[in-house]
Amino acid sequence: MTAADQPLMSARGVRKHFGPLEVLKGVDLDVHPGEVVVILGPSGSGKSTFLRCVNHLERIDGGSVTVDGELVGYEQRGGRIHRLPERRIARTRRQIGMVFQHFNLFPHLTVLGNIIEAPVGVLREPRAKVTERARVLLDKVGLADKADSFPRQLSGGQQQRVAIARALAMRPKLMLFDEPTSALDPELVGEVLATMRDLAADGLTMIVVTHEISFAREVADRVVFMDGGTIVESGTPAEVLDRPTNPRTRAFLSRFLPAGQPAA
Amino acid sequence: MSTVAQKAPATRAADDRVAGVAEPVDVAHAVPQRHPLQWVATVVVAVLAAQLIHMLVTNPNFEWDVVLRYFNTESIGRGLWTTLKLTVIAMAVGIVLGVLLAVCRLSTNWLLRSLAALYIWFFRGVPALVQLIFWFNLSALMPRVSIGIPFGPEFTHWETNALITPLLAAILGLGLNEGAYMAEIVRGGLMSVDQGQTEAAQALGMSRTRTLFRVVLPQAMRFIVPPTGSQVINMLKATSLVSVIALSDLLYTVQSIYNRTFQTIPLLLVACVWYLVITSILYVGQSFIERHYARGSNRNAPTRYRDVLKIRRKPAVARVEVPS
Ligand SMILES: Nc1ncnc2c1ncn2[C@@H]1O[C@H](COP(=O)(O)OP(=O)(O)OP(=O)(O)O)[C@@H](O)[C@H]1O
Ligand SMILES: [Mg+2]
Repeated sequence: MTAADQPLMSARGVRKHFGPLEVLKGVDLDVHPGEVVVILGPSGSGKSTFLRCVNHLERIDGGSVTVDGELVGYEQRGGRIHRLPERRIARTRRQIGMVFQHFNLFPHLTVLGNIIEAPVGVLREPRAKVTERARVLLDKVGLADKADSFPRQLSGGQQQRVAIARALAMRPKLMLFDEPTSALDPELVGEVLATMRDLAADGLTMIVVTHEISFAREVADRVVFMDGGTIVESGTPAEVLDRPTNPRTRAFLSRFLPAGQPAA
Repeated sequence: MSTVAQKAPATRAADDRVAGVAEPVDVAHAVPQRHPLQWVATVVVAVLAAQLIHMLVTNPNFEWDVVLRYFNTESIGRGLWTTLKLTVIAMAVGIVLGVLLAVCRLSTNWLLRSLAALYIWFFRGVPALVQLIFWFNLSALMPRVSIGIPFGPEFTHWETNALITPLLAAILGLGLNEGAYMAEIVRGGLMSVDQGQTEAAQALGMSRTRTLFRVVLPQAMRFIVPPTGSQVINMLKATSLVSVIALSDLLYTVQSIYNRTFQTIPLLLVACVWYLVITSILYVGQSFIERHYARGSNRNAPTRYRDVLKIRRKPAVARVEVPS
């Protein structure tokens, strides 16, 4: 990655409130192609909200989000900003994959059905071609034999890997992960993280909200720490995880470190 | 009480010792549970049923020969056909309207939301019989219907009397009324689907319409089908209201026959038996539809129609996960 790269995702002063509650108070973040950015932060700091603003599942109240050079949810026309119609927003979202904490697989469709639904129905790609791609993806996430199972017949870890395959089937430029392992039993966390590690190695651009510090240390190109609706610290994993300068980052990290090991 | 509770484990331990070396327990040979009360109840019900059948067969007032004579006649057949046709069309109108209204009720647009709420309020509030008579007598209110520019010139017009046939009045009266009920059933179904499903669909770039028809509605069907089954059966019987606008449905047909022959009871039985026959067929149909939409809803749910047919005799075994 060079400094000359245009950022793939660029958030500028993103603000969001729910009623009187200010959840995001001006978030700035650039993510470059091929970069893996891990967002850490205490509960309620606005991590999920920020991810949901990136693909416009939440409408932002101020600032801007740009993905691949295009404004998300808005358009600049004749020197003014116009809100895009739902149809156009949907088109933007096709380039952004999202993986949810609770998988959100479609329970009435088989694993294969889940994966091919959007490429066939939304991108209008030929079913045979998509099916072939889906099988490759299933193989990649280690579930080649589960194509005809229904989501409820799978373990949590398997469901999450299907959800990742489903998002990848759209060939997104950017992947968002919102605590992908938080709903999993401890022994299932590893398989999902391994899959994500493979994706990072393939050069996929990823923004990952997680509490898995070891994953951040190992896979992230950059770690950002969010608190109270802003990014309070950002840097390489070594900088943020081992030598945090902000006292709030330090306090947060101390909870994850084994007793006796200093955070700084 | 407490002494008993304390003593129990000790006693059991003693029993084990008496039995000598404990063999591994295998519940496969467990003694089946006995339900003596169930047997008593069965006998009572059987006696009552025998009495009922005896009464039905021996009581000459049922005039079963008359029932049999009329059961297959052409006029009854025509009435039955009208009833079925009306049920199907009015239900179809009701379901389509119901889905549209439910979607409007859940829309973010306040105008659509309020219009749908107003519709549901009105059409559920006014008795179906009144609505039928109203549509039938529409010409009294508006002698002609025209298409044109509002408050401006009209392009074409029709005489209301020619437009609103009794059949159309019946379809409008029953269908529009049904739409209001179906709207609430569909809305309940849609709301029962987890919000995360919509978000996942949106995140994949699906449009609102596609999300509704491919993701939310198929899952809502599990909650929509059972009450809709009741609605169909209600509709089947509600079609008998159309006799007030001189449409010869099943009930109207038997009525006009017994008004001539005075064989009231046997002819009403003809209608009842037919209603029950159709209800039974609907019931079977409903359970097929329900099983279809149960696909993937739990680990043992049948996945294909083939399996739906089999499941009665041999419950499908959950796929056993083999850790790889
Ligand atoms: N739709 C909503 N309506 C009202 N408040 C909301 C909504 N979504 C989020 N919030 C509030 O916004 C704040 C930030 O929520 P968010 O889910 O972004 O936090 P988070 O950093 O992801 O926390 P966690 O680690 O617990 O997931 C919380 O106080 C939450 O209650
Ligand atoms: Mg969150």
